[in-house]
Parts: sequence; structure tokens; C-alpha cells
Amino acid sequence: MIVLTILLISVGIFFFTTGTIGFLRFPDFYSRMHATGKSDTLGAALSLAGLALYEGFSLTSIKILIIVIFILMTSPTATHALLRAAFDSGMLPWTKGGQPIRDEEVRRGQK
Amino acid sequence: MIVEDFFLIISLIMGLLVFFCLYRVVYGPGVFNRIIGVNVIGTKTLIILVLMGFIYRRIDMFVDISLVYALLNFIVTIAASIYFQRKGVHH
Repeated sequence: MIVLTILLISVGIFFFTTGTIGFLRFPDFYSRMHATGKSDTLGAALSLAGLALYEGFSLTSIKILIIVIFILMTSPTATHALLRAAFDSGMLPWTKGGQPIRDEEVRRGQK
Repeated sequence: MIVEDFFLIISLIMGLLVFFCLYRVVYGPGVFNRIIGVNVIGTKTLIILVLMGFIYRRIDMFVDISLVYALLNFIVTIAASIYFQRKGVHH
């Protein structure tokens, strides 16, 4: 049981580390959201599942599992809402060499 | 006892990652980079709170604080994103 706990928390820390590296190194806002939005959700879920496994079956571990379910529901929702707000306020995605995006004129016409 | 030392090391690594994310919150271009930085730091803080509960042997108290922290993190991100969606941001 303890070995499984250590394994789950180590995998969670690995996902957190890769998310942080992507968050620091990627070139614009959308690719940074791509790095953090998924790996933070998975890292938090795996780490909290390992801690609930270490606690055993009690009210505390059920609360930790409630936190896991809550994070699995709310973290992609928050990421989507923030991405939608950035897209609606006119932030353009990064392209290689600054090439124009194909549907840029369509979206500018809509606004 | 060995497992609690492991939890302490994991907490220190999490604190280091929080400081790396704090770079993007302070220097990040635009307001949305700062908001997503605060969101990432909040998720990491939630894990640190549960780990601190296991280290200090007060997990029944710390897990409630962690649950409230998860709720606050979600509400802050949603409120900030809706506010800037309506207001618009000048780049």
C-alpha cells in the first residue's frame, strides 16, 4: 500500500513538473494553457488519490476523494472559461514566423 | 516515519514549483497569463495543504481547509474570466 502511495505521488509530481516547465517555456498564452490545463488536473488527481490510499478507509479519505472529483470537474471548466475570455477579447494565437491565421478576417468581421 | 519524510520532500519540491510559476505571475505579458498563473499556484497549494496535514498529523482539519481552497480557486478563476470577457482587454 505504501509503495503504491509513493508511486502515485511520484507520477503526480512528474506531471506537475512537466506542466510547470511548459508553463514557463511555451511562447504564447494558448500553448501555456495547453501545458497547464491537462497536466495540473492529472497531477492533482493522482497525488490526492495516493494520499487517500495512504489514509485508508475513513471519512477523511472520502473527503479527499470528493476533492479529486471536484478538481476533475472544475479545472477543465476554469481552463475553458479563461480560454474563451481570452479568445473573445481578441488575443491572437502565436504562429511560427508570425504568419497570418486563415480565419482571422472572419473573426474580425464578426466582432 | 519514512513516509512522512517523503511527504516533506514532496512539499519542498512543490514549493519550488510554486516559485517557478510565480515568475509568470509577476512578469507575464498581459492579464490572462497572470490569472492562469494564480490558478496553477492554487492547485499546487491545495496539494501542499493535504501534505502538511499528513506531516503534522492533523489531516481531519487540513482536508476541510483544502476543500474550501479548491472552491475558492475555481470561483476566483471563473469570476475573473467572466469579468475580462465582458470588459475586454487592450493589448
